[in-house]
Amino acid sequence: MAKFDPFRGTRVPQQVPRLVAVFAVAIIGLLVARYFLVPDTFGQLGHYRAAALDTIVAHEKKYAGQQACQLCHFQIMQKRLAGNHKGVGCESCHGPAATHVSDPAQIKPSIPSEREFCLRCHEYSPSRPTGFPQIDPVRHNPMSFCSNCHDPHAPEPPVIPGQCSACHGQIARQKAVSHHAGLECTTCHEAPEEHKVTPRLVRPTKPTERSFCGGCHARDADSPPHIPRINLRLHNPRYVCWQCHYPHYPETP
Amino acid sequence: MNPSERDPAREESTRPTQEVDRREFLKACSLLAPIILGVVRVPLLNAQESEGDDYDPSEHFYAMGIDVDKCIGCGQCVVACGTENDVPDEPYFFNTWVERYLIRTDGEVEVDSPNGGMEGFPPTTAEGDIRRSFFVPKLCNHCANPPCVQVCPVGATFKTEDGVVLVDDEYCIGCRYCIQACPYGARWLDPEKHVAAKCTFCYHRIVEGLVPACVEVCPTGARIFGEVERRATPLARFMRFNEVQVLKPHLNTEPKAYYANLDGEVR
Repeated sequence: MAKFDPFRGTRVPQQVPRLVAVFAVAIIGLLVARYFLVPDTFGQLGHYRAAALDTIVAHEKKYAGQQACQLCHFQIMQKRLAGNHKGVGCESCHGPAATHVSDPAQIKPSIPSEREFCLRCHEYSPSRPTGFPQIDPVRHNPMSFCSNCHDPHAPEPPVIPGQCSACHGQIARQKAVSHHAGLECTTCHEAPEEHKVTPRLVRPTKPTERSFCGGCHARDADSPPHIPRINLRLHNPRYVCWQCHYPHYPETP
Repeated sequence: MNPSERDPAREESTRPTQEVDRREFLKACSLLAPIILGVVRVPLLNAQESEGDDYDPSEHFYAMGIDVDKCIGCGQCVVACGTENDVPDEPYFFNTWVERYLIRTDGEVEVDSPNGGMEGFPPTTAEGDIRRSFFVPKLCNHCANPPCVQVCPVGATFKTEDGVVLVDDEYCIGCRYCIQACPYGARWLDPEKHVAAKCTFCYHRIVEGLVPACVEVCPTGARIFGEVERRATPLARFMRFNEVQVLKPHLNTEPKAYYANLDGEVR
């Protein structure tokens, strides 16, 4: 009998087989529990249920996307893409249209016509970026529908320079209560006609030299006597004027 | 032409009938080749074209760019997200929201987001007192190193291979650990399903090649959706032409919402 017995000659303590049995039951119990409790696809792609992705992907779409609109409304799309609303998706104004795409005859998307809808974007707010077209709804043709004058698919920009404030409201308001209230925007800026079509590509000019402000504010300037004067040669010659003074709201001397 | 497909055919046809001369055999092969290629190749090509049927997450890595200089605070993104993702109408639950920052002349910073900006923003008081003001759209940053995923005790929230952080609705136990862990406040507890909910980058849309609903409706292009590292998308251009920043970079969460023209006051 050359049977292999690791415990030959030693006496196995009584508690060891019992402990082994307890551990074995625990481990088998754990494995059985894991088999039934861990979901099928758990761990396939990572520490999560891979089947969850299918549920998430199966979520119903409400917005069709403007590629879908283009298939039928090609002409209106071309018109919009050539105008100032080229970046505004169809469903931004007309609302979610996935149901309209699946059943074009029965379900129609909304056509917002009330002023409040346009004002969501175009009402003046000091927080909006400078250059974005904004109006004061109280003064800008109250009681009139926006679409009476503006085509929402190809809106026309306002006329300059009388309406610089349409886009640059913040500056216009500040200037209106400043010592420079009497100055037209065009006194200091030359705004090319293209600026109102592509405002960020074609920019208005700005004064570049101290002598420009000196035209009114220099000692020897030919301007009304109440305008504050400085000695252009000695008054901080290292800087240009607008590094210290804000021309749209110059401080009281 | 794939030689590996032709070789077995040649062996089989040549071995039993040795009388067939080489010229005729090659003729037969050249006639058979388009058929074999047609059967094998055409389904492969189709699979590549239609992304929806055979979507490969390893080919994508999604992120979003936000140009703060372009946001006009209209709140259309908040409305669209709510519609698309069935966010409950009760107030204060948002996947994405817009904050208005007001910096007063004395340096005091005010931030408000009435109903997430869904109905726009009321006029500000004391207008002359404003030093600067702007809108900041916010959403889940889909961090590459997400704290919410780390704390989930059951593995119900996870990061997909294409870089989106999602929640498994059916597996979430609603313990709210992830809501606590998110430094951007991007998560909320669904009051009906009692599970954590968050922005999914409209995962059901992007796997079909569409953009998320908020990007679809943004009228000024303040939100730019695309990919980083893997493909040329509008986002790559946006990141090349702008100096982009992320929110709370010191937390080392590696967020994937990239902000351009971000003011130093934004938290």
